[in-house]
Amino acid sequence: MAQEISAAIPPGCPVAVVGIRRRGDELARRLIPLLESHGVHGVAYGSLDITLYRDDLAEIGPAAVVRTTEIDFDVAGHYLILVDDVLYTGRSIRAALDAIMDLGRPKVIRLAVLVDRGGRELPIQADFVGVKTDSDHEHVRVSLREGSGEDRVDVDA
Amino acid sequence: MSGPTNPVLDAKRLVAEAHSAPGGPGVWPHRNLLSLESLSADDIRLVLDTALAFEDVSTRSVKKVPALRGRVVVNLFYEDSTRTKTSFTLAAQRLSADIIDFSEKTSSSNKGESLRDTVRNIEAMGVDIIVVRHPAAGAPHLIARNVKCCVINAGDGRHEHPTQGLLDLYTMRQAKGRIAGLKVAIVGDVVNSRVARSNLHGLLKLGAEVTFVGPTTLVPRAFESMGARLCHDFDAVIDQFDVINMLRIQKERVSSNVFPSLQEYSRLFGLTNERMRRAKPDVLVMHPGPINRGVEMSGDVADGQKSAVLKQVTNGLAVRMAVMFLCKQASENS
Repeated sequence: MAQEISAAIPPGCPVAVVGIRRRGDELARRLIPLLESHGVHGVAYGSLDITLYRDDLAEIGPAAVVRTTEIDFDVAGHYLILVDDVLYTGRSIRAALDAIMDLGRPKVIRLAVLVDRGGRELPIQADFVGVKTDSDHEHVRVSLREGSGEDRVDVDA
Repeated sequence: MSGPTNPVLDAKRLVAEAHSAPGGPGVWPHRNLLSLESLSADDIRLVLDTALAFEDVSTRSVKKVPALRGRVVVNLFYEDSTRTKTSFTLAAQRLSADIIDFSEKTSSSNKGESLRDTVRNIEAMGVDIIVVRHPAAGAPHLIARNVKCCVINAGDGRHEHPTQGLLDLYTMRQAKGRIAGLKVAIVGDVVNSRVARSNLHGLLKLGAEVTFVGPTTLVPRAFESMGARLCHDFDAVIDQFDVINMLRIQKERVSSNVFPSLQEYSRLFGLTNERMRRAKPDVLVMHPGPINRGVEMSGDVADGQKSAVLKQVTNGLAVRMAVMFLCKQASENS
């Protein structure tokens, strides 16, 4: 996946990876050394909290926790790779795109996800996909070693 | 798991799990913010943590998030206020809410309408949040009992000013890194101050030590039972405090014989450069504004290195954004 991404990056363009909290930020951080091993250097890193941009505040639960967005570089002009763990309805990505646009104007935004599980409710597709499953009626659970000590993807029927 | 999953329930379960995790964030259950006395320490910490996320909204190029888009906030102010009202207005705008002012001077309360009728009329127009300041203690509680929308107390009589208390806590935590164990002095017209009461409740819940300082007429013994220490000799204790929060002396009170003259008050309790030299070197000086320069605080001190006065105003925005967001979210989930 990192190879695929690095091949797509136009030369001379500043590169940034931005992960959607939580888990997307951990995946984004892991992507940096992988991109370096494919010759992409000086990659900026940021993490994004999209709670304030969601369209489903009333439905998400008793209280969505607002975390800080930590993007301390100017996104303008960057080739920005947005990273999330699971792509499902597309609503988080819609929120993330709005959040990034409010910070500035990247040259390009691409979407990389670990799992694409189908079930889209918005016309949003990933540019880079780790695993594709057709699990619209199943439950996909991603665990990362940063969180639970173990890297695994479970699909429960 | 069996059967088709419901993404909404899944999301709720995930959020619930995150909240039940040890050390995880709590849940804000309150539709209204009426006082700090009624909040738990965890509630207060959750507001302060949430405000952290709102702080950078004010510093980026688009100073707005869409969190309360399409919601309506009403400022219902029965007392003069410039900074608090402006702060709530700006906070609502940065959450993309619409905000209107409903001030006493132009309203039908002059024509004899009761508070209960006024707020029910306002709510009937489809309002989501009422921000209220009223000279009568308990007015926000009365309103909250009569409407279904969120009610936020922006100061009620001598009772409480919870968002000021929260922004003071936020400013102390920002400067000192903690609240627990801090020694905080609140100096001046404590008996008439809703800021003092909100500060006291918030600070005690988070483990700080609070001393009220002022003449006996303004710091009566009754406050001891609320958990504060009392002191009538500022000079004897000034070197003990990590934070000194100065209250405004309302000049109209001079005539009511609570102290002989502004000059004498200032000489005994005013925060001057000379007194500051005897304070802790890293003391944080605060004031809820507006300042009477030369009365409770000298101009040099208000503008000095140790003064957090303008920082308090900036932090007030983030804290009020957090409060409106959390209350509205709780009301939509209930």
